[in-house]
Amino acid sequence: MFAIFKRDIKSYFKTPAGYIFMGIFLCASGFLCSLSTLQAQTCDVSSYFQLLMFAYVIIIPLLTMKSFAEEKRQGTEQLLLTSPVSLWSMVLAKFAAAFTMFLITIAMSCLFFIPLGIYGEPNPGKILGCLIGMILIASCFIAVGLFVSSLTGNQFVAAMGTVGLLAFLVVLGVLDSYMNSRIISAVIGWVSIYSRFANFTYGIFDLSAVLYYVSVCVVFLFFTVRIYEKRRYA
Amino acid sequence: MIKIENLVKSYGRKYALDGISFHVGKGEIVGFLGPNGAGKTTTMNIITGYLSSDSGTVEIGGLDILDSPDKAKKLIGYLPEIPPLYPDMTVSEYLNFVYELKGCDLPRGPHLEEIMKVTKTWDVKDRLIANLSKGYRQRVGIAQALVGDPRIIILDEPTVGLDPKQIIEIRSLIRRLGRNHTVILSTHILSEVQAVCDRVIIIENGKILADEKTDDISTAVNQNRRYSVKICGPSRDVLSAVGGLDGVESVQLTGERDLDAHVYVIESRTGIDIRKQLFRLCASRDFPIIGFEAAGVSLEDVFIRLTEENKKRRA
Repeated sequence: MFAIFKRDIKSYFKTPAGYIFMGIFLCASGFLCSLSTLQAQTCDVSSYFQLLMFAYVIIIPLLTMKSFAEEKRQGTEQLLLTSPVSLWSMVLAKFAAAFTMFLITIAMSCLFFIPLGIYGEPNPGKILGCLIGMILIASCFIAVGLFVSSLTGNQFVAAMGTVGLLAFLVVLGVLDSYMNSRIISAVIGWVSIYSRFANFTYGIFDLSAVLYYVSVCVVFLFFTVRIYEKRRYA
Repeated sequence: MIKIENLVKSYGRKYALDGISFHVGKGEIVGFLGPNGAGKTTTMNIITGYLSSDSGTVEIGGLDILDSPDKAKKLIGYLPEIPPLYPDMTVSEYLNFVYELKGCDLPRGPHLEEIMKVTKTWDVKDRLIANLSKGYRQRVGIAQALVGDPRIIILDEPTVGLDPKQIIEIRSLIRRLGRNHTVILSTHILSEVQAVCDRVIIIENGKILADEKTDDISTAVNQNRRYSVKICGPSRDVLSAVGGLDGVESVQLTGERDLDAHVYVIESRTGIDIRKQLFRLCASRDFPIIGFEAAGVSLEDVFIRLTEENKKRRA
């Protein structure tokens, strides 16, 4: 399992994929951060993180699109599946690699808060809460991306499919406020990834939201494993 | 070492494998022979645990591939039809990755070095796989199958796309491996099986047509005495003269020509050597023979021979 993790991390840095992800992530988050804090002359970071979540819809697929699709295209999937490694270890290793890449990048983006600290007094609890929330959301998005990537042998299709699915999940939360029916609104509110982020922006550590995000992540990883199991019987 | 019982696999309505059973003993080199789409790759994919069968069992060294996949997979080194290589790695990085992936416990440095030397990839060990030629990639693929010194080595069309010199090298490598490994390889080239394997399993349409010692196949092939002969002279006279010769089963004009000679395919009856008689006949009638060679035996001929023989044996 560690072998796959190590190989994937190396591969992110040996091919343009890792740099493209980091570059776009940092550009987008830098732009959004200066727009929502410096330009708005506030050191409240909650709107920055909310905007960043929408940016994730485009950025996260860059990270996950090749995870399984590329293995399939190259035929190396056959090596992984015939080696003495279980499907869960394989999927978790791929997830861990993508997640590590994400953590490295978001850690770099924390530099943006330095000017806020110098020229204002941001609330560190709030920043930390939002960061934790963002990391949890990203883990869900990565799991979704891996799932879509396991469905196809084409990176581009994987990326587009992930963008579509993530956009759907996020937009669902925005639609919530436009619904007349209480029931529909409640259902949407329950599935929506977006609506659960609100508490983090107030600096509240919401355990139910944490559980929710972790479950969504595990469910999509489980789907990915099932896809591979099913393919054996195809 | 390998026990396959009654494998059935269907893709939709089409049966890729239709009740395949065979055993392979320790140290055997077995060739899967069959035309494209016969079910060779499917069988290999099932043995290695990449695909599942609809029914039937696969036992590797006494372990069921479905019940204890991790232990069973550890016994197998597999080269799929397309070598599973990462173009962004160098050869030695790649083999190190496979070493870790398979969880090997042999001393890493010497083991990988030996494999690279055996497969002649030592010279390119620091080059990116993306920049290697087809022949080298195939060898890296074989090297990958040897990592961890598995007892069973399964090679899917190991010589496809190689030049003649490389083919000879790979074949002798496989023969050497066969001394202390069980090897299964697939091919659609008859001469490859004859050159390398102890035993042949012929598959067509998902069924085993024949399961024979290679020597038996060679006999079956040799009994088939067909010659392609270039004889000068008017074709009608030649046809009637040769056709009248004792022991000749059939004579056919192929339509090919070489100067004033026509090319004929002459088939003799089983067990009779007509070559000398044919020479004397043509000499006496002044039909110079300017070319003489044994006509290539096609896979179809072998299938037919073997199936006929099987029928006879059963009767």
